[in-house]
Amino acid sequence: MSEFRAEGGHGAVPTSGVPADGGGRAGSQPLWEVFVRSRRGLSHTHVGSLHAPDAHMALRNARDLYTRRQEGVSIWVVRASDVVASSPDEKDAFFDPAGDKPYRHPTFYEVPEGVKNL
Amino acid sequence: MLDETALEQEFQARIDADDRIEPRDWMPEGYRKTLVRQMAQHAHSEIIGMQPEGNWITRAPSLRRKAILLAKVQDEAGHGLYLYSAAETLGADRDELLDLLHTGRQKYSTIFNYPTVTWADVAAIGWLVDGAAIMNQVPLTRCSYGPYARAMIRVCKEESFHQRQGFEAMTVLANGTPAQRRMAQDALDRWWWPSLMMFGPNDDASPNSAQSMRWGIKRFSNDELRQRFVDSTVPQAEFLGLTVPDPDLRWDEESGHYVFGEIDWDEFFTVMRGDGPCNRQRLQRRVQAHEDGAWVREAAAAYAARSAARRDAA
Repeated sequence: MSEFRAEGGHGAVPTSGVPADGGGRAGSQPLWEVFVRSRRGLSHTHVGSLHAPDAHMALRNARDLYTRRQEGVSIWVVRASDVVASSPDEKDAFFDPAGDKPYRHPTFYEVPEGVKNL
Repeated sequence: MLDETALEQEFQARIDADDRIEPRDWMPEGYRKTLVRQMAQHAHSEIIGMQPEGNWITRAPSLRRKAILLAKVQDEAGHGLYLYSAAETLGADRDELLDLLHTGRQKYSTIFNYPTVTWADVAAIGWLVDGAAIMNQVPLTRCSYGPYARAMIRVCKEESFHQRQGFEAMTVLANGTPAQRRMAQDALDRWWWPSLMMFGPNDDASPNSAQSMRWGIKRFSNDELRQRFVDSTVPQAEFLGLTVPDPDLRWDEESGHYVFGEIDWDEFFTVMRGDGPCNRQRLQRRVQAHEDGAWVREAAAAYAARSAARRDAA
């Protein structure tokens, strides 16, 4: 018997005999990463992605999808293919140079007893 | 280059430490496949879930109810989109996932194959179906896969409005005329058992759940979540003065839980196989909506291409 789990969130769906891929094809519309400034004084934060044929539609779709409850005062959309990311494979080597420099933190330094405002 | 075993150990250690896995991290193929399938079928459930309630938008009993219902159905579309976008972080393709739904190779939740024959059904869906969905979805906000967990936080925030508006609509009916009361009771009678089925078969019939638990995707078993749902929903039914359609239902002082009757799993499997009341109609409507929208997608693509060409020429 095929197994079912409530993994559909909205209820049980089968987990066996179901293709789990769906990759390997270029989408018909480009993917855009969406960044929202939730209120003035804060920076834009990544909230997710969406498909749209061009930047203008991407902005409109982002408004409908990610700010239905006044979650933002400003939106950026960036073509996902334009994002340049560091590689997780090189993570250790990439971030290592910062690892042996504790003197960059104020806690590295001992403050003599009685000295204030330092 | 680390070998597979070392990578797997590092991966599992991260999960055991309750840390998150992010899209470009190394992950076992089984983990990736399980998540793509789960997020895709979750997304399918959200967008098919627009149909039973969408059925009542034009006939909502007041402007207030209509505005609420429109907002709710739009949210379901949004939830589907958050989830498709999360599935795409693992290399799945949106068009292909829709194909898998449209050709019936991937499924959606059985609950959406039941009809909404009266207005009270819309109320019952919000109260019971979204109530059950919240039980399932809240633990997913702590799922080991980062993008899925983040999508679920967004979904859960919106879902609680869905449940409350349903319970409110149910309260109005339950306190209304005798005919409205009967309508409310009838909706509870029809939606109660399918809502319990939403949690999936009993734990002893779910052998692969253990792997999902080890991977930090699933946090509670089907039966645990179902029990939680019954325990929180029965008192709500009592508040409404409605009767839960289960002659075996009783409060068990010793365990501190409600004991409930046997679920008709034959019905569940019949609906899952495709022979529920609305399976064909739901899928047909989805495919038709997609096909009817083809000209819009084509026009938007043509416009984007032309604008890009003009910009390049300028």
